Amino acid sequence: MSTESTKLAFNDGWQYAPAPESTDHISIDEQYGLFIGGEFVAPESGRYFETVNPATEQTLSSVSLASAADVDLAVKAARKAYNGAWSKMAAADRGKYLFRIARILQERAREFATIESLDGGKPIRESRDIDIPLAAAHFFYYAGWADKLEYAFPGRRPVPLGVAGQVIPWNFPLLMAAWKIAPALACGNTVVLKPAETTPLTAMKLAEVIRDAELPPGVVNILTGAGETGAEIVNHPDVNKVAFTGSTEVGKIIQRSLAGTDKKYTLELGGKAANIIFADAAIDEAVEGIVNGIFFNQGHVCCAGSRLFVQESVAEEVVRKLKDRMETLIVGDPLDKNTDIGAINSASQLETIQSYLKVGQDEGAEMYQGSGSLPEQGYWCRPTLFTGVSQSNRIVQEEIFGPVLAIQTFRTLEEGLTKANNTPYGLSGGVWTDKGAKIFKMTQQIRAGVIWANTFNKFDPTSPFGGYKESGVGREGGLHGLGAYLKLET
Amino acid sequence: MSVVPLPQEVRMPDLSRVALVDEVGVNERAARFQTRSIKNESKVEALHMILSMIDLTTLEGQDTPGKVRQLCQKAIHLHDAMPGLPHVAAVCVYPTMVGEAKKALGNHDINVASVATAFPSGMAPLQIKLEETRIAVDDGADEIDMVISRGAFLQGEYRYVFDEIAAVKEACGKAHLKVILETGELGTLDRVRRASVLAMHAGADFIKTSTGKIQPAATLPVTLVMLQAIRDFYYETGRMIGMKPAGGISNAKLAIHYLVMLRETLGNAWMTPEWYRFGASSLANDVLMQLQKQASGVYQSADYFSKD
Amino acid sequence: MAGSTARVPVAKTYKIYIGGKFPRTESGRYFKLNASDGSVIANVCQGSRKDFRNAVVAARSAFGGWSAASAYLRGQILYRIAELLEGRSDQFVSELVLQGVSRRKAKKEVVASIDRLIYYAGWSDKYQQIFSAVNPVSSAHFNFSVLEPTGVVSLLAPEDSSLLGLVSNIAPIIVGGNTCVVLASAQLPLCAVSFAEVLHASDVPGGVVNILTGFAEELTEQFASHMDVNAIVYCDGDSEVAKNVQVRAADNVKRVLARCDQDWTADAGQSPYLISETQETKTTWHPIGG
Repeated sequence: MSTESTKLAFNDGWQYAPAPESTDHISIDEQYGLFIGGEFVAPESGRYFETVNPATEQTLSSVSLASAADVDLAVKAARKAYNGAWSKMAAADRGKYLFRIARILQERAREFATIESLDGGKPIRESRDIDIPLAAAHFFYYAGWADKLEYAFPGRRPVPLGVAGQVIPWNFPLLMAAWKIAPALACGNTVVLKPAETTPLTAMKLAEVIRDAELPPGVVNILTGAGETGAEIVNHPDVNKVAFTGSTEVGKIIQRSLAGTDKKYTLELGGKAANIIFADAAIDEAVEGIVNGIFFNQGHVCCAGSRLFVQESVAEEVVRKLKDRMETLIVGDPLDKNTDIGAINSASQLETIQSYLKVGQDEGAEMYQGSGSLPEQGYWCRPTLFTGVSQSNRIVQEEIFGPVLAIQTFRTLEEGLTKANNTPYGLSGGVWTDKGAKIFKMTQQIRAGVIWANTFNKFDPTSPFGGYKESGVGREGGLHGLGAYLKLET
Repeated sequence: MSVVPLPQEVRMPDLSRVALVDEVGVNERAARFQTRSIKNESKVEALHMILSMIDLTTLEGQDTPGKVRQLCQKAIHLHDAMPGLPHVAAVCVYPTMVGEAKKALGNHDINVASVATAFPSGMAPLQIKLEETRIAVDDGADEIDMVISRGAFLQGEYRYVFDEIAAVKEACGKAHLKVILETGELGTLDRVRRASVLAMHAGADFIKTSTGKIQPAATLPVTLVMLQAIRDFYYETGRMIGMKPAGGISNAKLAIHYLVMLRETLGNAWMTPEWYRFGASSLANDVLMQLQKQASGVYQSADYFSKD
Repeated sequence: MAGSTARVPVAKTYKIYIGGKFPRTESGRYFKLNASDGSVIANVCQGSRKDFRNAVVAARSAFGGWSAASAYLRGQILYRIAELLEGRSDQFVSELVLQGVSRRKAKKEVVASIDRLIYYAGWSDKYQQIFSAVNPVSSAHFNFSVLEPTGVVSLLAPEDSSLLGLVSNIAPIIVGGNTCVVLASAQLPLCAVSFAEVLHASDVPGGVVNILTGFAEELTEQFASHMDVNAIVYCDGDSEVAKNVQVRAADNVKRVLARCDQDWTADAGQSPYLISETQETKTTWHPIGG
């Protein structure tokens, strides 16, 4: 079916001129303090580190390196707020503060989107259309729960846990902050949150929002730093609850470090999701789902559909369409409104991805990449797929966290299912078929916390998210996300 | 010695193999095209392309030779105040107006397209439809825009619909055939895809969304499904089929997003009037206003652009 | 042939229960269980790491069928366990008494255990409705969250509540479609073995519940670390034990459920929330379109 004479051409003729989002309306300070007790304060150590725009390698700002002493101050501030204003406040008023945050985020959405793309490298289309609106929606959703918690847990009296220590990743910086802070506050806890080392800026901007929303001091404290700062938060004796999103490797370290404590914890970890295309699927929409599944946010997505399984009889068609589709993906300036794939978040992540590209080729897999040009400065990776792989390939087994798809074929439903479940991960999965009964069979039998049938990578504040097996413990989002921040008394 | 080309084999396609369509997925993809931001030189280039792809249309019961002459004048002289503009691809009229249009367009390289086959309902005996087609072609129509028999299609009489298109194609002779699916009456995108496949196999040179008489007319999702059908037909046969969304595309911004969709679905080879048309009556002026604005930096008023 | 001598009673051999069979421990080891008068009640199997490994294999292979069984069927099977336990009440009372529990307390414990099974039998097709949700997402999708069993659960059963505590932990695990490997109370192991016999007679598929006897000091590490176990429940031990369990559990991010200091005779000893603790929430999305 695939012949040179019927190849579609995308690279000559009409192209899109640059359409960069303006940065006139944003302001980024040269230096950010730590947000503790409602104020921006200098770190005890006096140490700062730089945050870099991964698309230009230019320094955007420098942020404080929080040490154990700062963590202790933040936890004390959170404890004081928890014992004081926050727990004395009517639940409905707690909700109103969250509503305020949601509203301010909506008002400042464009500014947040631009900064998110500058600091993290994600395309402005995604930060504008997905990250920031969803973050605001999360605050709005959980705001309404604040005075209705008893309805969520029949026969139980829900009470808050206390101080929540929260450590979030760099792939959805503001959105992850919202996922963590909104339910914690709605349930009556106070928070010490650490954004990722490479993407601290929208968290600092969120601190401004929290200040402007006039939350009582100490209810939310935001500390910047690297892994050690995160560990100090997790291990602080006066933290009652730990919420972590990040790699499975670090998740295990945290689970071990919490051993012997009474701290409640939720872990949202890695994944290697199977995206399964049956021959009777709507193939063109499935191809879109594959693209969205692996190239969304440069593949820096824990629930990315990184293992593609295509039923043999349509494999050639799917791969051909996928390759044509990849030619239309625009890699480049994250601030350009037409960019589909932005910058890889950091030099070290790019190195990781590139090492996997080499592993894949060394293992004998066939690599194909989009042909578009890449900017000279910055960290970039073309959309990539590998064919000729099997379950035993490392690029099939290990989370790459980049725009890299490993494609396998299967013949029968059972084979597809067995291979899909043949992984220690269990965060998400996808299935594409026009047959209803098969959808239910597959969605029931894939062992993962989120299953997308005839769609992929959809998120909503009302929809619980979280993994089976080594992909994590607990759920975030929706009614189920409340449980992580409450103790249920009889 | 002349070689007589063998007639292209016309065979009913296996409709059980027609690709399935998921409406929500199509809507999402269509919406993505609308997030493309087309600026500066690429916008000007697009606006010129759009003008050159327009089938300037009048299809009213009240049409007169006078109205058609005015339309043809507009087709030739879109806006002479702006030098370097292309002319439109065709004027599209009822069969009784073909002669007038032909005369008015003279030697200009603008095609005359005629609707035929009991447009817009298609509710006439086949013989009448064929006769109408022949008359329009005899009067000089370069292109015939036929309608499919939607009733028969919805009844599942695919063979009938297929044979009818093939017969009209034969009656067209050298004229190009555009097959109007009237997607607003088909109800589902699956049927749009199926009708597209049927039409292409039966001999359509173009497939076209709508008559303009039924709402909804052209939409981005419907057009996407038809473009995908064209792409699959091309993969399978190597033959390019043209696409014409018609009705409801009245502003330049939306038309640009149709071009974005075209480019990202079929590639640059289709981005000429030979393979892509807009069926529209008021689109041209909005495009002209946008071009004027690009040139002058000043937002425009409709009062400065001729309405014919 | 004098008929005056008392009949020699037939002593019971207490074995372990793996995959629906009653083997002796592969290790050949045993420990003596003595009555309060010092007489030997039984030589109890001292289960080994390999017994545990075999039991996990059995539990994993039973998981597919058991988790796919209808909720109604699981409820009926739990009810059947209760029926058979009721029929053998006297045996369980005697075993408790033999191990030093007062007859009054023993009777109470057996009755409570039967009732607990009935309680969970009734939950089999209801807890899903309590904990599931249809989520009103903003896009054109139907989205719902349901519970699914976590998988294979290892259970270190309570030392001092050898029947009620055992039943109170096994029932919520299996009613939710999980399978389990259980380490029975070492001080009071008899009821666990007899309960295995009840399970065996109650249409519970082999491998759904596997019961070992032996010592927690020896086996906790295996129960916590096995890579094919998805959750661990433990009911005794100090903070050192808790720490060790969680450190090892992290090897494969096991769910760790501590149920120490739980009074299994109290109301709080039963709850649908106990079922939910060995469940995963699965959320499914599908477009709504034509």
